[in-house]
Amino acid sequence: MCDTCGCEATGNKITYSVPGEENKHQHSHVHEHNHGNTTHSHEHVHTHEHANEGYHHHEHLHEVNHSHSQYNQEDHGHHHEHKIAVEVDIMSKNNLLAERNRGYFEAKNVKVLNLMSSPGSGKTTLLEKTIQQLNGKLEVAVIEGDQQTQNDAERIQKTGTQVIQVNTGNGCHLDADMVNKASKKLALKEGSVLFIENVGNLVCPSLFDLGEQKRVVIISTTEGEDKPIKYPTMFEHAHLCIINKTDLLPYLDFDMEACKKYALQVNHHLEFIEVSAKTGEGMDAWLQWINNL
Amino acid sequence: MHEMSIAQSIVEIAMDYAQKEKAQKVTELELSIGTLSGIEFEALDFAMEVCKKGTLLNDAQIVVDKIQAIAKCIDCENEFKIVHLFDACPNCQSYRTQLICGKEMQVKSLLIE
Repeated sequence: MCDTCGCEATGNKITYSVPGEENKHQHSHVHEHNHGNTTHSHEHVHTHEHANEGYHHHEHLHEVNHSHSQYNQEDHGHHHEHKIAVEVDIMSKNNLLAERNRGYFEAKNVKVLNLMSSPGSGKTTLLEKTIQQLNGKLEVAVIEGDQQTQNDAERIQKTGTQVIQVNTGNGCHLDADMVNKASKKLALKEGSVLFIENVGNLVCPSLFDLGEQKRVVIISTTEGEDKPIKYPTMFEHAHLCIINKTDLLPYLDFDMEACKKYALQVNHHLEFIEVSAKTGEGMDAWLQWINNL
Repeated sequence: MHEMSIAQSIVEIAMDYAQKEKAQKVTELELSIGTLSGIEFEALDFAMEVCKKGTLLNDAQIVVDKIQAIAKCIDCENEFKIVHLFDACPNCQSYRTQLICGKEMQVKSLLIE
């Protein structure tokens, strides 16, 4: 916690842990702010990357079409206020780091899948079954993202797979920095596959590139078939949509065709695989999809 | 509420530029945000209020230039204003559309003293 203003609540710390191992180091998230004119940072590892490092200029943007023209006029009168052009993408820091992650994964020939869904869609069960079926065929590692608890990492660890749990505290998504730190703690093997199970949330994770090769959105038949148009950004960014819990279809009103139709309205490139992680139905298609990457 | 981490990034970028210019304060911060960028404008306003506190941006006015999303229909090449990602082309009703703009998320400029 910041001892000047007390700004960081303990619940908002980001932690990286392996179940069974004592967590000696806790790395907090990038957190920089000012008190008066001094800046201080609360992070152990602090990487600063700027897309336009060194690029800034002082020209007054007379050509810019905006509504506060009085400032431009004042510029002519040598007013102290002056305008600087920034024109930096807000996501540039995350995106740069994501590209670095992507380069690292490519160099190691690691297939990386970002699995995203709302809570309770069966991501972890799907992952457990996937790992069991890949056993002996493909080396697997897992990054588990949740706000709190190591429960999911413990489940994955029981399958004998290398796993690291990222607890985001109050954070609603994983970002490239977290994946960068977590993957450094994993001994990723050449030619393996890394599953990143994002925080259960159908909104926020869609905006954050982690450096993955493919984005997979998972929905289950117990959710409404209109999820793709209720949360379109997630489906727009996905490569594959897995529709899980097909074993429950006889008991539900879920309209499979309508669901796919909605999803294709948002993203006409989207692929679909129907599975029941519980019964194993459809798992072959999913494993084949991974193999084809 | 990813707007909070977006706001933190905005403040970080703005602070970096303001400090390079040895600014005493930032009086205005101009952002360009597309209407289909995935950002909830009200949530961003709230998050910016929280994140700028105690920084050089404390009193800065946040000006958001909303960029209207435009899509192009792949089938009939019609360009149209798109409100939702699942909107069909109003001309031929095709869903095979491509966004031309509307995903922007940029810190555009600062007014500093």
